[in-house]
Amino acid sequence: MEISHTINHDQIGTMLTWRDRLRHWGYRWGIGRMHAMVTPGLYQVGSPGAQSPVLVSANYRMSVDKLRSVLTGRDAWILVIDTKGINVWCAAGKGTFGTDELAKRVSRHELKTFVNHRRLIVPQLGAPGVAAHLVRKKTGFTVVYGPVRAADLPAFLDAGKATPEMRRVTFRLPERMAVIPMELIPSLFPLLGIAVGISLAAGVRAGMVFLAIGLSTPVMVPIFHDWLPGKWLSIKGMVWAFLALLAAVMLVSLPAMIWAALALSVVSVSAYLALNFTGSTTYTSVNGVKKEMSRMLPVIIGVAGLAVALWIYVGVGRFF
Amino acid sequence: MTYQSGTLRLDKEKCTGCGMCVDVCPHAVFTLTGHKAGIQALQRCMECGACQRNCPADAIQVATGVGCAAAMIQGALKGTAPTCGCSSKKKNGAGHRSPNCC
Repeated sequence: MEISHTINHDQIGTMLTWRDRLRHWGYRWGIGRMHAMVTPGLYQVGSPGAQSPVLVSANYRMSVDKLRSVLTGRDAWILVIDTKGINVWCAAGKGTFGTDELAKRVSRHELKTFVNHRRLIVPQLGAPGVAAHLVRKKTGFTVVYGPVRAADLPAFLDAGKATPEMRRVTFRLPERMAVIPMELIPSLFPLLGIAVGISLAAGVRAGMVFLAIGLSTPVMVPIFHDWLPGKWLSIKGMVWAFLALLAAVMLVSLPAMIWAALALSVVSVSAYLALNFTGSTTYTSVNGVKKEMSRMLPVIIGVAGLAVALWIYVGVGRFF
Repeated sequence: MTYQSGTLRLDKEKCTGCGMCVDVCPHAVFTLTGHKAGIQALQRCMECGACQRNCPADAIQVATGVGCAAAMIQGALKGTAPTCGCSSKKKNGAGHRSPNCC
């Protein structure tokens, strides 16, 4: 087949600017993340030719940025497929980073006219949505799964295969810390609301203790994830709340009844917040989460109910 | 890192030993001995479904889905399937999604 280079495809650089990095930081906090889309299509890195590798990515801006940033000094094609601005792993889980979309892009962007090999390097985390054997049937291209992390891509390209380490998903401290904002932000207003309620019932000091422990949970459970006991996230949350409460008892002076109500409140709220962290981890399974929820939600709701009853009792005693 | 899992099943009769499951699994659940895949660490399975999707012999079964508690609770309350909204239906792609889910 004749290889044509007449169409000038968008050239993308491999250097991330401070603006890119600022944007990434913003995405972590949810700023502009839902609009962080790259136009799907075939892009060039360096001066790719007919033998250059084709790297597939999602059209979430951070996905493309992470990919291009490791390709300095290399010639490659990047095929960006339409995942509605969602990252590779999440989109693969929903099927938008999938067999049909990939096959559609291969033909729409006439990949066969640009390369004479028939290999697509797809991120390994795209595999939940992409059936390699079906892509081959539909397009003639063989899917080769690349490493989990873009950082390993240069070594993968040089060796032509992945090491077992490149195939493993991790959940180390920097990775856990990266998801803290998305745990913290959604819990801000509910925690503030409860803190206001507690302040009305038992005074601002009690409300502040609740707020401090509540807010610490979505930060500290990810950080101390590996050291907090319990296989279940909700148990880790409870343990954290209990430890934080012990510290608070030493620092703040409040009546015993209020400490009891605070204990019930922070244990149930922290367990719930930590339970929600399952959506951000890299290792929890859907049926596991179902099991944890069915066992722990009744406990959480029961303890929270006791807490509400106690706060009402405290509040009634205060005002009447 | 282990959580808990029970739904992953491998049909050794159907397995052709292509090794695709070993490649796509992010938690090294599978091994390849001779010409058959085997499950070496079921407890590490996160039910992402990559192995099932990429098994050309249809030898792997696993129940996959949204593994996010908030999404499941919302789904249960609204009587809909749990969703993170990550696959937005809106034209501009800026639909709702559960804040802390993927």
